[in-house]
Amino acid sequence: MSWLSLALRFFRRDWRSGEMRLLVLALIVAVAAVSAVGFFTDRVEQAMIRQANQVLAADLVLSSNNPIPESFEKQANQLELQIAHTLTFPSVIVHQDETQLVEVKAVSKNYPLRGDLRIRTESTASEQVVTLPPTPGNLWGEARLMAALNLQPGADVSLGEARFSLQNILSRDSALGNSFFRLGPEVMIALEDIPKTGLVTPASRVRYRLLIAGDQTQVATYKRWASNELPTGVRLEHLSSARPELRNALDRGSRFLGLAALVAVLVAGATVALSTRQFVERQSDTSAIMRCLGASQSMIFSVLIFRLCLLGLIASLLGIAGGWLAQHFLAGLLSDWFGGELPPTSLRPVLIGLGTGMITLIGFTLPPAIRLGAVPPLRVLRRDLGAPPVSTWLLIFFSIGAMALLMFWQAGDFILALWVLLGTVTTVCLLLMTAWLLVRVLTPLRHRGGALWRQGLAGLARAPAMTALQLTGFGLGILAMLLLSIIRLDLLSAWQHTIPDQAPNHFLINIQPDDVNSLNSFFQENNIQQAGIYPMLRARLTHINSQPVSPDQYQDDRAQRLVAREFNLSWATQIQEDNQIVSGSWWEERNQDKPLFSVEVDLANTLGIKIGDQLAFDLAGVPIEARVSNLRRVHWDSFQPNFFVVGTPTLLKSHPTNYITSFYLPPGKEASLAALVRQFPSITIIDVSAIMQQIREIMQRGSLAVEYVFLFTLAAGLLMLYAGIQASRDYRRQEAIVLRTLGLQRKGLLTAAAIEFVTLGLLAGTLATLCANVTGWFIATEVFGFQFNMNAWTLLIGIIGSGAAIGVAGIIATWPLSIKPPLRMLQNG
Amino acid sequence: MITDHTSETPIIKASHVRKQLDGPGGRLTILDDISLQLAAGEVTAILGASGSGKSTLLGLLAGLDEVTSGNIELFGNPLSGLNEDQRAALRAGKVGFVFQSFQLLPGMTALENVMLPLELSGIKKPATGATEALKQVGLADRLQHYPGQLSGGEQQRVAIARAFASGPKILFADEPTGSLDQSTGNLIIDLLFQMREQTGAALLLVTHDERLAARCDHRLLIENGRLESGR
Repeated sequence: MSWLSLALRFFRRDWRSGEMRLLVLALIVAVAAVSAVGFFTDRVEQAMIRQANQVLAADLVLSSNNPIPESFEKQANQLELQIAHTLTFPSVIVHQDETQLVEVKAVSKNYPLRGDLRIRTESTASEQVVTLPPTPGNLWGEARLMAALNLQPGADVSLGEARFSLQNILSRDSALGNSFFRLGPEVMIALEDIPKTGLVTPASRVRYRLLIAGDQTQVATYKRWASNELPTGVRLEHLSSARPELRNALDRGSRFLGLAALVAVLVAGATVALSTRQFVERQSDTSAIMRCLGASQSMIFSVLIFRLCLLGLIASLLGIAGGWLAQHFLAGLLSDWFGGELPPTSLRPVLIGLGTGMITLIGFTLPPAIRLGAVPPLRVLRRDLGAPPVSTWLLIFFSIGAMALLMFWQAGDFILALWVLLGTVTTVCLLLMTAWLLVRVLTPLRHRGGALWRQGLAGLARAPAMTALQLTGFGLGILAMLLLSIIRLDLLSAWQHTIPDQAPNHFLINIQPDDVNSLNSFFQENNIQQAGIYPMLRARLTHINSQPVSPDQYQDDRAQRLVAREFNLSWATQIQEDNQIVSGSWWEERNQDKPLFSVEVDLANTLGIKIGDQLAFDLAGVPIEARVSNLRRVHWDSFQPNFFVVGTPTLLKSHPTNYITSFYLPPGKEASLAALVRQFPSITIIDVSAIMQQIREIMQRGSLAVEYVFLFTLAAGLLMLYAGIQASRDYRRQEAIVLRTLGLQRKGLLTAAAIEFVTLGLLAGTLATLCANVTGWFIATEVFGFQFNMNAWTLLIGIIGSGAAIGVAGIIATWPLSIKPPLRMLQNG
Repeated sequence: MITDHTSETPIIKASHVRKQLDGPGGRLTILDDISLQLAAGEVTAILGASGSGKSTLLGLLAGLDEVTSGNIELFGNPLSGLNEDQRAALRAGKVGFVFQSFQLLPGMTALENVMLPLELSGIKKPATGATEALKQVGLADRLQHYPGQLSGGEQQRVAIARAFASGPKILFADEPTGSLDQSTGNLIIDLLFQMREQTGAALLLVTHDERLAARCDHRLLIENGRLESGR
């Protein structure tokens, strides 16, 4: 009979007998947690991207100052993609004798392809979500237009040669956020009305847009094709070219979910590690008998590995099914938030679930399984003989290796995975060292104190390997739970606070130097808080270290775009409050006369700019050159005016400069805006409340998703606790039989168990809490760029909670041993 | 190379066997200068007090452990030249064991426990042979019971069925009645001898029970690790 059929028979017996029950359950919960996170994050990420695409009102947008070539529409049709058209241009709305400069947006019937439009039928009416744009003859205008011309819905207005009925107040067009430089309030009309306005002629300043949306794969195909076919003057916009505030929010959302998945992997690892030991220990007898009856080492190893792999496969599949069901339920709960059904999941989470199950199982069971083949057959005569001890280094190598593999795979972010892994490895080392010390310190202490105290401590000192395993398992589990708590309580809140309640929702650009003082006065008179008025110049990067730069030099499309366009430059004596220097130093007062640049760190990374590099810009035909003295991190989502490149005053002050500011306009104060427009006709107002709303929603939904993921990890953590307690069950059972036979009462047995497990819990809790806070600090500062304040409550709850939870679990697990007569326990084998 | 024995070759031949172990107090000699032979079909008892080295000798003779010096041949094959796997291959299907603590696998039913040696020796339809063996020991109605659901005597009967199921040439029994009361022990011994009679296998029995030893063809007494009376 081949080992394979023997392995199959063994597996059937294992399955029936429940020998593998705990390991299977641990794996199922672990895989379910990870794959539920996987399925869920996959769908939520897709939904978040789809939602972010609302800012474009599509998945891709082609824009040009000339009509988009027909070939682009044809290609989209061939790929069965949805298309829509928009035209935008500045014009003037006339009502009676009053006029207002507006941005006209003429849209085709199916606009928007992503997202929705929100309107109010009257200024006091509540907002309605609509999916169709204005019909011909009707016009929707923003509240600012109403305030400027003192209009009410139903009024007749003229646009060019055509008359329109002002039907609704346009309160939200998602795609507003992306057109940063608008001259006035937006009005929306049907595309069919354009000819009768007579406003679009070959000489008009019109921006044509072709909007594309559809199946992700087809969109990606189209994007590749369009990138190669783009004629001069046609621009391809997609999510990665979206505004930095939005991209930032999406990146952070993905990282949070990735981190939550990582934590689930960590708990899974701890659970499997704890339950594997008991399984492998019990296989020693089987191995000895099989060796006695003539089985070879390789046969025992092959049979065991086959059983484990089959177990891993079945448990993983069950876990994946469980994860799918669980996420289905969650997705249902969240679909309202995303305004409809979440997109279907991809196959990736299935692979992640399978991979997690198999890698975790192999990583934690292979070293002890290798050892099982070497169990001496003499064990059948001498129970004290076991398998040769497995090398601690081999165990650490395999288990940490498995965890590392899973973390880097799961996180999708190298730095994030690195910090979590470093935190894990440090915690494991500290826990192992503590276990070693504990056993040595407890051994002499066992001779002091009362009998129960001695018995409780003896429980820890009797088997150093078991104590080390339990301490490490509990510690890792607690580390994971606390890390997730820190993410939930501190990091998510820090994320949401990056946009304060009264963050600036309007930008003013094109402020002339002569207007700066009177604009300041205007803000004061109208009691409007502004973020500071900053000089702004537009220039194009031409050289880095005397080497000319061109888009062709870069693979990354963001880099290509950045090089092709003009940057907003500014000059300053002091660094802006919300900026942080990440390398180099800000110029001191004595250096302000030197030509120096400060560059935003992400831009520097994208374009490969380092400190000390010499950058040359073309500023309206005038070349300027300076050395990079520092790199700055900019919190784009603060909605303060910010700049990719800031120079010293001496370098830029002498060039023609406009100014920029941002301010918060509370709802209902649109009249102030109209007054501002009247007083400063040359200033351009940009309303960013739509994009701010988008980012806030991404944050809220991302945070909610992390909250749900926490529930899975909590379930995995409870199982980890059970597995940890069960790991030493056989030892405790044997001791309980002897102690009860010798007359120890129930209370005594439970007290000794409480001493043992509370000590374990307090130690594991203390170390894991400290490590979780340190890891949390690194993740907050290095990965997310947040401030992190160590939370005393987390420390206290981590330590006391761990002691209490593990102590109570230990008492519960010992309870059955304290009520069964010792003889019955002996008879039950 | 492992060879099969002929009818003339003793099943076991031990010459000047010594077993020493390193303990906290220095090197301990467990067995010293043991020489013996066991021919096919013979029944031999090894007697001795607790700690005299009886079980150690049984383990060495069965190839479960290695000698410190001396030679043991099992089925004509010197064990000292074989590694652990080769010794296991030599035992497969030809050696049966009955232990004091039964050594049944708790996760397997009585039938599955008995099937195990048949599966390991590559016998087709192991369930048929195992069922037959269990019938012979009077457990036809306990096939699907787990060890925990059987009495001590029933468990030892399963162990006897397992030991004889593959038709071994020799059976090693280590204190087979040690965990049983006297009447159950007597029934088990009757069964063991009856099964041995039917199969013609040699039996090497370790016991401190004089009455049991009296039923054997030969008796060997071990005292302080040395064989006091040989054949």
